[in-house]
Amino acid sequence: MYNVPNENGRFGDFGGKFVPETLMIPLEEIEEALAKALADDEFKAEYMRILQEYSGRPTPLTFAPNLTKKLNGAKIYLKREDLNHTGAHKINNAIGQALLAKRMGKKKIIAETGAGQHGVAAATVAAHFGMECIVFMGEEDIKRQELNVFRMKLLGAEVVPVYSGNRTLKDATNEAIRYWVQHCDDHFYMIGSVVGPHPYPKMVREFQRIIGDEAKRQFLEREGKLPDIIVACVGGGSNAMGMFYPFLEDDVTLVGVEAAGKGIDTPYHAATITKGTKGVIHGSMTYLLQDEHGQIIEPYSVSAGLDYPGVGPEHAYLASIGRVRYESVTDDEAIAAFQLLSREEGIIPAIESAHALAKAVQLAKTMRSDQTVLVCLSGRGDKDVQTMMKYLKGGNDVAMSNRN
Amino acid sequence: MQCLTVTKPMFIPFIVAGDPSPDITIELALALQEAGADILELGVPYSDPLADGPIIQRAAARALRQQMTLQKAIELIPEMRKKGVKIPIIIFTYYNPVLQLGEESFFALAQKNGANGVLIPDLPFEESEPVRKLGEAAGIPLISLVAPTSKKRIEMIASNAQGFLYCVSSLGVTGVRDTLPETLNEFLTEVKRHSRVPVVVGFGISKSEQVSMLKNYCDGVVIGSALVQKIEQLSDRLQKPDEKEEALAEFRRYARSLTAPLDETVQ
Repeated sequence: MYNVPNENGRFGDFGGKFVPETLMIPLEEIEEALAKALADDEFKAEYMRILQEYSGRPTPLTFAPNLTKKLNGAKIYLKREDLNHTGAHKINNAIGQALLAKRMGKKKIIAETGAGQHGVAAATVAAHFGMECIVFMGEEDIKRQELNVFRMKLLGAEVVPVYSGNRTLKDATNEAIRYWVQHCDDHFYMIGSVVGPHPYPKMVREFQRIIGDEAKRQFLEREGKLPDIIVACVGGGSNAMGMFYPFLEDDVTLVGVEAAGKGIDTPYHAATITKGTKGVIHGSMTYLLQDEHGQIIEPYSVSAGLDYPGVGPEHAYLASIGRVRYESVTDDEAIAAFQLLSREEGIIPAIESAHALAKAVQLAKTMRSDQTVLVCLSGRGDKDVQTMMKYLKGGNDVAMSNRN
Repeated sequence: MQCLTVTKPMFIPFIVAGDPSPDITIELALALQEAGADILELGVPYSDPLADGPIIQRAAARALRQQMTLQKAIELIPEMRKKGVKIPIIIFTYYNPVLQLGEESFFALAQKNGANGVLIPDLPFEESEPVRKLGEAAGIPLISLVAPTSKKRIEMIASNAQGFLYCVSSLGVTGVRDTLPETLNEFLTEVKRHSRVPVVVGFGISKSEQVSMLKNYCDGVVIGSALVQKIEQLSDRLQKPDEKEEALAEFRRYARSLTAPLDETVQ
């Protein structure tokens, strides 16, 4: 029976609470409120109602006929988290945490963001629930994701640029935690992924498992069986965790896809499980990219949402027990998949999700036509169109050269 | 630490090893001793210092550019002793560098080089048992922290405290603060009631007026960011051979001026 984390927030050796003393009581308060909320039918009903009425759930399961035909292998299905309100799975978690914050009497939300998707989700639910929202975002990501920055401001959030480190998600998270330490008496820290100190990895999993719960039901209805392989991208790993969790005790191959950037044998990647070692980051024991002295190494990926040197502790655990396979996909492979899905199915995926798709394409080709692959299409690619335009002008136009 | 029979409130400065250079760190430690420091907190630079504000973040970045590591920081201790630093030295480090060095290797190294204590700001009581035990075996106390939010945790932490107990003055990260919370005295009094070891206070203390106000409620004050900021200002001069002595003297005078109230009679 799969039953982690334990009462200390441990997934095997991973997880825990490695935070300054100031945050221990605030974390305990969240833990208590979460336990009560998850046991409360009224809370669950309200969460489900908002997911349905506000975010448009359930999201569809879409068969990808053209892609399947082109690859001449396994049937490819997409779980359409891109069709959520705000364009990604991040809203599931933001709604759950905002409801919890409301129960705890907190009216101010702190969030960190990489690609901007979680920041947008946090700003959105803050507007919906009449809360204040302050979003920390690395200056580099602000440049990469201009549109999402504007979106957050439009939604009434304050966006604070972060200038430390590599100026990406890791640094935004540091700054969000520092701000929380100072304002923990009246602010709720809304983490965007299955990372951070206990109970965050568990909480975010609980608020994202709706992806896997729905997908399981939909897939059984459609195919009369479970998929052979499920593929999801992993930065911090919340869409993957939400998708995988309900399938952990089933006979389904689960594949998490990390960002290989310019290649896992170069210094420019974000393949934390593939290449990282055990350590502590953002309050949690997990795998991370670090040097021999324990200094954290800046990751790299074309995708701002996967550009993170750590990974959720539950993924570290699932890797260590061999239940989930973690592989990686390069920038170029992801960009090719980004174009492929756009052209074949009329769906522009987020560049993060394109990593999962690229791996699914590789796997499906080697499988039989009676087999199935389910891809978690975690977000839509509108936010990436500008970046992709720049990339493809640089001579990387895989789709054009592949045109048939 | 035998020194901790407190007769007057202690001055506990914090500096970052390797800022602006390993050699100058040794001279700064000596200057602090001359300025009346009772214990030195030697900070190990870390890439992601969650409990630190911008001043110490910048110092850590400078020290990392000097290739400072946890091991090299510990190995500065015997160098400091050679130059005449006699006060106890506490290693202040985040947990991840300790994990990478290996917890046992860390304590072996700390013991061999004569470290007098260890403070790990991101290792709360619940996660600290293995480290605490290794420290006990090595005779190196693991210094605990309590915060204004600790409330019901104060008794648990204080009754298990080793060496001294570090009170975080206010919510937030390290830095220079103009004002400290009005409730700080009550918090310190509450902590002292539970603690069998000296109770010191830090985070934000940057003025002699604050030291003057606090000295009646605690056994010592930790001053970090204010000193590190001074080092940042003096950095260029500290690294010029013909200006170094004057810069060190200025640093010493600054440390003295901050802590002068500690020498006045305790009321």
